[in-house]
Amino acid sequence: MDQAESSTVLEQKYSRRTFIKGVIATGATASSAGYLFRGSPLLGAATYQTATERLITLNVNGQERRVDVLPHETLAMTLRYKLGLTGTKLGCDRAECGACTVLIDGVSQYGCSMLTHQVRGRAVTTIEGLEDADTGELSIVQQAVMEEGGFQCAFCAPGFIMAMTEMIEVNPNPTREEARIALSGNLCRCADYDKILTCAMRAAELARSV
Amino acid sequence: MAKIRDMIPAFELFQPTTVADALEMLDEHREQAWVLAGGLDSFDWFKDRVKRPSAVVDLGGIEELTGIRDVENGLEIGSMTSLTAIERDERIRSAYSIVADAAQHVATPQIRNQGTLGGNVSQDTRCWYYRSGWPCYRAGGNTCYAAAPQAMNREHCIMGRSRCVAVNPSDTAPALIAVDAKMIVENNGGPSVYDAEDFFIGPAIDITRMTVMEPRDLLTRIYIPATWANADFYYEKIRDRGSWDFQLVSVAAAFRRSGDTIEEARIAVNGVAPFPVRLDAVERLVQGTTGDEATANAAGELAIQGARPLRHNEYKVPLMRNLVRRAVRSVA
Repeated sequence: MDQAESSTVLEQKYSRRTFIKGVIATGATASSAGYLFRGSPLLGAATYQTATERLITLNVNGQERRVDVLPHETLAMTLRYKLGLTGTKLGCDRAECGACTVLIDGVSQYGCSMLTHQVRGRAVTTIEGLEDADTGELSIVQQAVMEEGGFQCAFCAPGFIMAMTEMIEVNPNPTREEARIALSGNLCRCADYDKILTCAMRAAELARSV
Repeated sequence: MAKIRDMIPAFELFQPTTVADALEMLDEHREQAWVLAGGLDSFDWFKDRVKRPSAVVDLGGIEELTGIRDVENGLEIGSMTSLTAIERDERIRSAYSIVADAAQHVATPQIRNQGTLGGNVSQDTRCWYYRSGWPCYRAGGNTCYAAAPQAMNREHCIMGRSRCVAVNPSDTAPALIAVDAKMIVENNGGPSVYDAEDFFIGPAIDITRMTVMEPRDLLTRIYIPATWANADFYYEKIRDRGSWDFQLVSVAAAFRRSGDTIEEARIAVNGVAPFPVRLDAVERLVQGTTGDEATANAAGELAIQGARPLRHNEYKVPLMRNLVRRAVRSVA
């Protein structure tokens, strides 16, 4: 099989997008292994006897995910290092930056500051769950961000996008000031706030026209 | 202190679904137990390894602790009701707007979505010497690092000190005092009811706690009596940043008037002492006046009587004076 033929076969099998996603997922698994087993005695305490069931089912992005969760594990840790959903970022890990913002039953909360066991039976939505699962069509907020190009380095983008997603649900017709308050739980170290607000206003505009 | 970004140290997690079960667990584990409400104060302690409880009792699954109910002569708020729910509740917004206003001033939208009223009033102080694990009086040691000559104490107290100079960080606390709220604390022996201003205690009473609650206790409900419904309210919080920040000084005031005259007032200030301070003397001073300029000025001066600033927080004295002035002036 020559080079040209093999790449054609590959293209048929995987779109470029799924291929990249696959690489990211593999990378996440490999890097999280390093994170989790970095010789921490706390994590090694797997024999810790507890009243809490460890193997639980989580509803993440509309899917039932079985996962082994420690009693003292935060949701951001589970999402990133056990489910490979690295779109949820960990910035400060202290509820002080908003990069880990996820939606719990549609309400924005900081994934770093809740236990995974606290979201059993509730619907968790991460940035990966915003696009249409079947068509891959972007959500309104994602579309608005694409159009306005609001972010510079974009490390904070997933958190902001989740906060905007909640905002257009709660208040689809915000003033710029109201949008500013709705997004005041997210920090951008590039200080791109003005453009991010323009994204938020565009998202609200798109939401109203749907 | 360097921030640690790995796992929280292990603990045993309990997720009761009734208050009775929770109380039983607290009774069993006593000092080793940690009550988890929204968790926004708790997780910082755990992550920094400063507090290491062996048993964590998560109240999130107890339905009876959530919600706002109409009761005879007032409203009853479950201690696990989120600050967002309080901020948006129509009954609170119309009759006790100061409580909604205070809830709205807490941190950020995400924190208000998760944080609870019970957690907000029960949270520990933000003194960074204490929070960084320094063995200060409050932590069971024998000194106060924040009052030392070289200490950074811009955010610390100007009154009410007793060895400890930390301040109470709660935004909702002064508002609850202004509406004369009652805190219902339960343990296995039954419920006790405290006036909001007595719920918060200073280091002279017990230096290791911010509230009356002891290890077996659980704050289950907050009752707002109708006596102060639809009063004239004034709330203002001064902070360094527009969001995410604790108060430097905040004021909450309720006035009942007949015509232009103030019949009765309740005024509380937070951020100036280890507990929210109710200004009884100022309340008596403004009674029978119209909240005119002269009264407002006198109220401000009276409020700061006995204030003793530390090296870096002298600014809090005029700040407190002016906030009390503004509160009184708002009536006129």
